[in-house]
Amino acid sequence: MTQSFRLENVGLINKDKKLSFKFNGKTYYGYEGDTLASALIANGVHLVGRSFKYHRPRGFFGAGVDEPYAVVQLYRNGETEPNIKATEQELFEGLEATSVNCWPSVNFDIGAINNFFRIFLHAGFYYKTFMWPKSFWYKVYEPFIRKAAGFGVVSTKHDKERYEHKYEYCDLLIVGSGPSGLASAYAAAKNGARVILAEDKPRFGGTLLTSEVNIGNQSGKEWAEGIIAELKEMPNVTVKNRSQVFGYYDHNMLVMSERISDHLPKTKKFHPKQRLWYIRAKEVLISSGSIERPIVFGNNDTPGVILSSAAKEYLKVYGVLVGRNPLIFTNNDSGYETAIEFKKNGVDPIILDTRKDPQSEIVDEAKNLGINIKFSYVVVAAQGYKKVKSADVAKISDDKEQLGAVENIKCDCICVSGFWTPTIHLASQSGNKTKFNEDIDAFVSGTSKQNETTLGAANGTYTLDETLKSSFETGHELSKKITNNDNKISFPNVVEKKSTTHDKFWCVPLPEGKNYKRFLDFQNDVAVSDVEIALKEGYRSIEHVKRYTTLGMATDQGKTSNLNGLQLVSSIENKIVPAVGHTTFRPPYTPVSIGAIVGREVGKHSKPTRKSPMHSWHEKNNAVFVDAGVWLRPRYYKQGNENLFEGSKREAKNVRTNVGVCDVTTLGKIDIKGPDAAELLNRVYTNAWLKLPVGKARYGVMLREDGIVMDDGTTTRISENHYHMTTTTAQAANVLSHLEYYLQLVWPELNVNVVSTTEQWAGAAIAGPKSRDLLQKLFPNSDVLNEGLPFMGYMEGDLFGVKARIFRISFSGELAYEVNVESDNGNFMWEKIMEIGEEFKVQPYGTEALSTLRIEMGHVAGSELDGRTIPYDNSLEGLLSKKKDFIGKRSLNREAFIAEDRQKVVGVVPLDKKTSIPEGSHLVKDSNAPLPNPKLGYISASCWSVEHDNPFSLAILKDGKNMIGEKLFAMSPLKNKVIPVEIISSHYVDPKGERVRS
Amino acid sequence: MLHIKCPHCGIRSQNEFSYGGDATVKRPELNKEISDQDWNNFVYNRKSLRGKHLELWQHLSGCRQWIKVERDTATHEIFNTLKANEDIS
Ligand SMILES: [Zn+2]
Repeated sequence: MTQSFRLENVGLINKDKKLSFKFNGKTYYGYEGDTLASALIANGVHLVGRSFKYHRPRGFFGAGVDEPYAVVQLYRNGETEPNIKATEQELFEGLEATSVNCWPSVNFDIGAINNFFRIFLHAGFYYKTFMWPKSFWYKVYEPFIRKAAGFGVVSTKHDKERYEHKYEYCDLLIVGSGPSGLASAYAAAKNGARVILAEDKPRFGGTLLTSEVNIGNQSGKEWAEGIIAELKEMPNVTVKNRSQVFGYYDHNMLVMSERISDHLPKTKKFHPKQRLWYIRAKEVLISSGSIERPIVFGNNDTPGVILSSAAKEYLKVYGVLVGRNPLIFTNNDSGYETAIEFKKNGVDPIILDTRKDPQSEIVDEAKNLGINIKFSYVVVAAQGYKKVKSADVAKISDDKEQLGAVENIKCDCICVSGFWTPTIHLASQSGNKTKFNEDIDAFVSGTSKQNETTLGAANGTYTLDETLKSSFETGHELSKKITNNDNKISFPNVVEKKSTTHDKFWCVPLPEGKNYKRFLDFQNDVAVSDVEIALKEGYRSIEHVKRYTTLGMATDQGKTSNLNGLQLVSSIENKIVPAVGHTTFRPPYTPVSIGAIVGREVGKHSKPTRKSPMHSWHEKNNAVFVDAGVWLRPRYYKQGNENLFEGSKREAKNVRTNVGVCDVTTLGKIDIKGPDAAELLNRVYTNAWLKLPVGKARYGVMLREDGIVMDDGTTTRISENHYHMTTTTAQAANVLSHLEYYLQLVWPELNVNVVSTTEQWAGAAIAGPKSRDLLQKLFPNSDVLNEGLPFMGYMEGDLFGVKARIFRISFSGELAYEVNVESDNGNFMWEKIMEIGEEFKVQPYGTEALSTLRIEMGHVAGSELDGRTIPYDNSLEGLLSKKKDFIGKRSLNREAFIAEDRQKVVGVVPLDKKTSIPEGSHLVKDSNAPLPNPKLGYISASCWSVEHDNPFSLAILKDGKNMIGEKLFAMSPLKNKVIPVEIISSHYVDPKGERVRS
Repeated sequence: MLHIKCPHCGIRSQNEFSYGGDATVKRPELNKEISDQDWNNFVYNRKSLRGKHLELWQHLSGCRQWIKVERDTATHEIFNTLKANEDIS
């Protein structure tokens, strides 16, 4: 197919490089430098999609980020991505795209019957239409909506592209590279400031690329190119195109997404697809320009109705005509600029100007070129279904209330200009209030709340001379403040055509007897009548009107629709626009891919992985690993075809009968030193610590101030003023912070230092009846018998030349020891234990066996110390000192905490001694009671008791103290299980605790 | 993301810090009688202020010091940062 709407010698694209692409399966050609939109228009394709609600045909309305319609599904290098604006997507060889929101095809769209039933689809259609009859929902409405609605399909495949994050600091961040952005960047850069200049489009220069202006002795475009070339060479300047600053956060932190590879057929090796920049700027200059706003008229959503500035951009940047028979509908001079460009390229436009008799240089130029101009004229309605074929036009009275006789003019596009709306999204996100500027009928940014300045068209300044002057000045002043330099650059002479004021007219009245749809929000299909209904139904707040009608929602965020919506509400309500106010601008300004937000933190990189020094040994010995926080721990060591259940049972059994060894490196370790160390422990733990002798360990429980158990562990007195504290793996970081809090803020008089030594020590727990035999062979020179190393004793030992710490502590309930060596020697220690332990049938055991051992012992751990239980609940009340105060003690006499029927940990066995009870099951008295069945407690941990060879669980049970011997039901609706159980003591093995002391 | 000036390390991003609540709350002295009401106030009751708030932050991924930050809870403006042992003059 030929590019029949392409002009020969116009445009900034590379016509030497032809590219082929596919749209809805059909092959077309464009050029390097095109967007998908410009290439389609060049090929005469204007129908790109269907509207959201009524499925009306949709074409192109803008030429960039403001595009509400032309959202396509993109296919690139075997991947697909929804929600891509055709006006932003640059063309590459082999690009494929399809329309969204149309089914079965864009030309024949079944949803378009919505258009005929649109009486049902007006404001609040979400809330009303699909509500009745209720039985219709699943069978009729939902499948229909699912098929017919939506803006594309998300790929379910893993995204193989790489996305990066970058943190950057600068003196000035300048958003937008139009005249104000360039001038301020140049002035600041020349004054020595560190500048980042961000442009969302591929080309720098903004409106300078399409305006007929001169700066100095150059055209605007040449001037922009010169400035950019110079900025790029400066070491203190970063210039970024294809980079959208989409969010303005606290303390001048802005976030920008840089599209590095989206314009290429395929991402280059070692390149990211996109990069997200977190930029902390001392000063921010917002020079994001303005977006042209539409005038509202009948059928103003017909393909071929387009913003006049977009028509000009397609012509001047891409050498593409949006039509050969254009009608320009304007209330200001901007429409004339577009008309003049058409005329210069041999196309005869007609201008309809709502103004009666505007006088300006631009109007005069159009007149001199012989352009047909009709003053006091409006477009009443566009005619044509899939493309504009003609326009119904009429003269309008001076008060803009009365239409004259309707005439029909043949045309193939309607370029509309309703003046300009400053892009204040970022300024508003920064915290600024907005104020209404009567001169331009739009909101501008109010007083800056952060170090931010809005410049040029974004601030409602529409003459180039004024824009450049203020931007040079601001760039200079702000950089001077930061760098203390005072290098001023001379201000160039500006030649531009003078324009005159716009007409405040924004909405064409309906002619007698006609009921044309007049759209406010093109993306969300919100028409004038929808807002009228919302107001009739009593919605007043603009935020409510927005949500009820969907005006200004979704990816468009009201870029083109906001102000006309407000104008309508204010005219119906007889209020002025600033009294109506506007909805909140929220980041992101335009859609950002999830990939860019996530960055490199995917899969294994989503969190750090910590491995013990013995990790490679575990790997070599068939360990099956489990995530324990950020640690990787062996869950069990697989032998043959064993599963988790069989393997962990074997390992636990071996601990009970012979000896096992478990990697306990992950336990938190805190080194505590200082003359007041004992005093600190005495305040932090619930039990007494002042009299612990050197060489002894003690078990301790610490509470939060609200009396809830925070953590437990053993602490050992290494020497006079030196203690070694252990914490659970999960709470290690919190406990350290907790100690630091009290030492730094509450009791700064205590002379104590704490530091984490978790990673300094490798730990091995050696547990089982033969553990002492093994230990004796590991430390032949030490007295590790009961006398030398009694229960809760500590000594240092020599492990074949390696210094070791030996603790006689037990988590398994067996005779057990824990040996620590410096991390570098961890593997050496482990291998020695395995080698020497062979004669005692030593086996390594993982976390699953570790759990089994502690559960059947009734030893509480994380699943009971879950941030909701107090010492009593865990049968730890014996550790509460009556003689001294400690953190959280005062909370323990709260009424609920001392209630007679307070919950307590108990043991649970199934009556059939076979059925394992799922963790999280609820304990109830009557399994058939009506819902909600009163819950008495819950199963906190379950295991297969290797001692008794039947299932055993721990539970936190209401009045647990008096429930021993009761028969209850454990119910797990999730697993669909009801298990009759008996409540027993939580100490299922060795209730007297004789083994640990043996 | 806030920019917080650690009095020990200088200006750092918020993600190096963790929040620690109202800095004006004083823990009751150990071993001293205290009414249920006063204890309850200490443990649970905090004002949810709009405006200037003196609060604790810990420079977790830095010097690990607890610091005091005077911040406007509505605008996030930070007026002052202090070491743990300093008070607003
Ligand atoms: Zn610090």
